[in-house]
Amino acid sequence: MKKKERSVLPGFGMTMGITVAMLSLIVLIPLASILAYSFKMKGSEFVELITRPNVVQAFATSIGCAFVAALVNSVFGLLLAWVLVRYNFPGKRLIDGMIELPFALPTAVAGITLTKMYSDQGAFGKFLERFGIQVSYTKLGIIIALIFVGIPFVVRALQPVLEKLPLSLEEAGTMLGASRFYTFRRVILPELMPALLTGFGLALARGIGEYGSVIYISGNSEKQGTQVVSYIIMQKLNSGRVDYEGAAAIALVLLIISFVLLFVINMIQIMASKRTKQ
Amino acid sequence: MEQEKKRRNCQEQNPWVPRILIGISVIFFVIMLVVPLFEVIYRSLREGISTYTSAITAKNTLSAMRVTLLATVIAVVVNTFFGLCASWLLTKFNFKGKHALSTLIDIPFSVSPVIGGLAFIMTFGRMGWATPVVEWFNETFGTDIALVFSVPGVVLATIFVTFPFVSRELLPVMQAQGTAEEEAAALMGAKGFTIFKKVTFPHIRWALLYGIILCAARAFGEFGAVYAVSKARGKTFTLPLEIDALYMAGSANSITQAFAVSSLLVLLAIIMLVLKQIVEYRGKRDS
Repeated sequence: MKKKERSVLPGFGMTMGITVAMLSLIVLIPLASILAYSFKMKGSEFVELITRPNVVQAFATSIGCAFVAALVNSVFGLLLAWVLVRYNFPGKRLIDGMIELPFALPTAVAGITLTKMYSDQGAFGKFLERFGIQVSYTKLGIIIALIFVGIPFVVRALQPVLEKLPLSLEEAGTMLGASRFYTFRRVILPELMPALLTGFGLALARGIGEYGSVIYISGNSEKQGTQVVSYIIMQKLNSGRVDYEGAAAIALVLLIISFVLLFVINMIQIMASKRTKQ
Repeated sequence: MEQEKKRRNCQEQNPWVPRILIGISVIFFVIMLVVPLFEVIYRSLREGISTYTSAITAKNTLSAMRVTLLATVIAVVVNTFFGLCASWLLTKFNFKGKHALSTLIDIPFSVSPVIGGLAFIMTFGRMGWATPVVEWFNETFGTDIALVFSVPGVVLATIFVTFPFVSRELLPVMQAQGTAEEEAAALMGAKGFTIFKKVTFPHIRWALLYGIILCAARAFGEFGAVYAVSKARGKTFTLPLEIDALYMAGSANSITQAFAVSSLLVLLAIIMLVLKQIVEYRGKRDS
């Protein structure tokens, strides 16, 4: 191995010290406390806490709804990114600027607004009621809220890749007699796949842990299976009988899921950047 | 020009394809993003202007505004300082574990905010292992600091959720810029801070501002993490928590008040989006 040259730039020690110290104090040590708390429990206790029916159901609801919402967002996110990059139309800049509204709008505000809109008294809720569709206080409501918070992840992951995609690819497809749709499916979509998966993964990760936008519209009913994991954790911190063990155990499982997703997203990006370098 | 022409050729095959795609996108956009904004305004004004003004000037709301402002300003300052240090470290030097370090910084981005709040309770709460340290500090220095269920706790939780926001925006820009210019400056005898101010800063100005805007937008709207460590309405509540309390009170009047307070945050969110657009535009023009 080549011996590393000492950089002529100053500040290595100082920035290293500050970065590691702040990262440890604000992120790593507090998160390690959750780990420490969970490890104090016996294995059997831990398993008992996380396999309670309401906990298992909450995980199923969170992961299931986040998955469906991320799928819907992949479709509409791809469509929005495509339209914003490829076409010109009035209002395009407005849409482009407002795509990130769900990042800027506080989740609690989004939560109460969507709940009222889709309740049987609200504008959309009344309309859907006629077809027998209930949104607020059901899983469908959770999905709608997660679509709202997740849409910018997919659009923003795809836009830069679409912008760089050479038009010659499509032309080649068209010249060789492929239909527009065939070209899209066989030529463009594979090129977009890493970015699409990244956007999907980020929306999924956000959706599984989401709290503010979901808790109002979900109704949090154990019977109907509309409690999400974050709600269960919060409930254990707030209810009359505080249950730190239970909260720590569930949080640990949620942390592991987030780390696995983060790892997969990083792998996809590393693989994609290797492929384009070749 | 050539590219533009080709682009048009590609599209003219069937003029209905773009029209339909644009149509679906616009409908999705309006239903998902535009209608909710108007819903907030409509509901906040439902019971007249006087209810609106009394809601946004209520004692609890004003107190929540102060806490939100304080938490946002401190989070932005702390995370800007951290973001500058971390991105200088990660882009100007090579060392082992660099990749791992940058992944660790991104943790708060992908972890549930509720977990952030829980982590602080388990560190500094009644059962937390660091509580004796804080108590010792308070006894020795005669202070009365509490790091959970207090304003400092709210500030800490806000810093946690917005931790990677500035560094994330700076990293790609500083990576692309490389180290050649700074090295030249260093070889010519410039000191550390001068190099940063004169060489690096002009390149990263807009990215830094962009990161600060995203950080602020997330900070004033944070709910889950802050909710876990803040229990006293009128003392440690932020605006989102005040909205939650008003909404959960359940009466028609208090729900209208919740939407009135929400309308302030909608306005703030729109201001953030406009600022972000301006910064993005200026940044593109400069480069």
